[in-house]
Amino acid sequence: MDSLLQIQDLSVRFNTPEGPARAVDRVSFDLARGETLGLVGESGCGKSVTALSILGLIPDPPGKIEQGKILFSGKDLVTLDQDRLRRIRGNRISMIFQEPMTSLNPVLTIGRQVMEPLLTHKGLSRSEAEEEAVRWLKRVKIPGAESHLRSYPHQLSGGMRQRIMIAMAMAVRPEILLADEPTTALDVTIQAQILSLMLELKKESNSSLLLITHDMGVVAQMVSRVVVMYAGQVVEQARTEALFQNPGHPYTRGLLKSMPRLKRQKKREKIRLEEIPGTVPRLTEQIAGCKFFERCPCAFDRCRESRPGLRKVQSDHFARCWLVETS
Amino acid sequence: MNVELNVQKPMPLLQVSNVSKHFPLGGGLLTKPRRWVRAVNAVSFALSRGEILGLVGESGCGKSTLGRILLGLIKPDTGSVLFQGRDLYSLEKKELTLVRRKMQLIFQDPYSSLDPRMRVESIITEPLRVNPDVNAGQRREVAAELLRKVGLNSEDLKKYPHEFSGGQRQRIGIARSLSVRPELIVADEPVSALDVSIQAQIINLLQDIKDEFNLSFIFIAHDLSVVDHFCDRIAVMYLGQIVESAPAAVFAVNPGHPYTQALLSAVPLPEPGLGIQPELMEGEVPDPSCPPPGCPFHPRCGHQVERCRQQSPELTEIDKNHFVACWQRC
Repeated sequence: MDSLLQIQDLSVRFNTPEGPARAVDRVSFDLARGETLGLVGESGCGKSVTALSILGLIPDPPGKIEQGKILFSGKDLVTLDQDRLRRIRGNRISMIFQEPMTSLNPVLTIGRQVMEPLLTHKGLSRSEAEEEAVRWLKRVKIPGAESHLRSYPHQLSGGMRQRIMIAMAMAVRPEILLADEPTTALDVTIQAQILSLMLELKKESNSSLLLITHDMGVVAQMVSRVVVMYAGQVVEQARTEALFQNPGHPYTRGLLKSMPRLKRQKKREKIRLEEIPGTVPRLTEQIAGCKFFERCPCAFDRCRESRPGLRKVQSDHFARCWLVETS
Repeated sequence: MNVELNVQKPMPLLQVSNVSKHFPLGGGLLTKPRRWVRAVNAVSFALSRGEILGLVGESGCGKSTLGRILLGLIKPDTGSVLFQGRDLYSLEKKELTLVRRKMQLIFQDPYSSLDPRMRVESIITEPLRVNPDVNAGQRREVAAELLRKVGLNSEDLKKYPHEFSGGQRQRIGIARSLSVRPELIVADEPVSALDVSIQAQIINLLQDIKDEFNLSFIFIAHDLSVVDHFCDRIAVMYLGQIVESAPAAVFAVNPGHPYTQALLSAVPLPEPGLGIQPELMEGEVPDPSCPPPGCPFHPRCGHQVERCRQQSPELTEIDKNHFVACWQRC
């Protein structure tokens, strides 16, 4: 596979009052050209920090990339100087953030914000950039696009602001689009509109999409391959169908079973949801064995003592669990 | 507009009739408000003892305002809320305090709903302190007992909220709501701030305390899968009105209102290959300060006819206990 982005053995540490916290712990995965990859996990699992590392946006201090490489078309983004990184960020790799309320600048007009990357990175003239901005606002279905160039973010709804974010991110035709929980703050009908718009635009410009989410429903419908993270580590990696049909890690199985499902057939007796007991370990904790040990229904002695590596379930399918039989 | 949703013989725990609440927008002390947000519009329903009613809808549909009206916290402009046959809004203040003790609220955000400077013991027993019959020793016992019931232990009584995770805090909030032995709990998005694995723990806990304390629930949420799992009956709100009310058994299987159908089809299911379906409904929820005439949903509806634009449909029973407000179904 033609891989566009390779993350190799990435570790990110944050210094906290309780001691150093390893937010990302030796994470490796690839993103191929044109691929849609899902990065899944619960809050604090390191999925957002991974995305921010790609863009060189880890605040230092308190954060620090301890080790690892992020290779993008032959260059290591971790060691690249700020000037070169700035030419990639918002241009060849762009990002959509979760909070459409806070990630737009409240004192600049929509037009100025959508035009900014076009002026900075693409060298368009003001009138060309304005034309292009209007075209993109229309593409993301903002009604009355021309008039909204002079609107401010507070004059728009959450769904409209998220469309503006998408227009900003896609107008530069990036090679990689990073989307961090892009629809979590939105209502379900608006979510469906935004997600299908993202897929459509992605296909059109043959970008790769790294979609960060905690919603297994969104994962199932949006991405072709999934990386599951837990407490800073990749615990499973698989093609989407394989992950849902034959999850290899007890954590993934737990996540899938603990979700209530809309009943499509007529029946009703009260069933209990399956829970994953306990809570995620603190990132400052030193754990020698498997990080999921405390909450795992299938844990045994070996899991406490030593940490498993990613073991092969099938070709293209790996899980970090001693119970995976390696052939 | 006074439609009985539930015609069972025994007196319902809660009987809501024709309740409306409009909030003024703009205007000052001496000037008239320029517009009114119709947050809740002519809503009627009944809740039987032991029943769990889910209120769903998108942000701004009025479900939280309705929840607060039911608890006696926001006075409606019109209509009445009868709790065990007594109208909350015509009671004396003293009586109202006594009635309110039987209803409790569980909040969405487990971080801002607990006082960071209070110990868990004080948080849980605070509602009991207004009761002169319970002394400090008894209060501590009650608190320890409740903590065990919600899956924490009595050593946690001495701790402060910041020592707990989000899920544990929500457990503390639940213990607090149980301290006065309520009969009705209004839970406003109780699990939407929690991670998936913790969500399941809290939903199961709510199910357990419901059975043990013989509670009735109003469960306000936007996540249809959670509501469908937990509730006995589901009411869908749109722009301040209930547009459908159905037993949970048929809600997801046979939705009657085009809005409910669109909501359900927009939920991405955890089964790969189904795809995203955005096409059933165009646009966004209109501004609730200038709702469209006629059926509030008609501008986004694929089935609208002339009548929908002029006249608002009323809730009509299309099947046993299944009510829909849509001209297509009347």
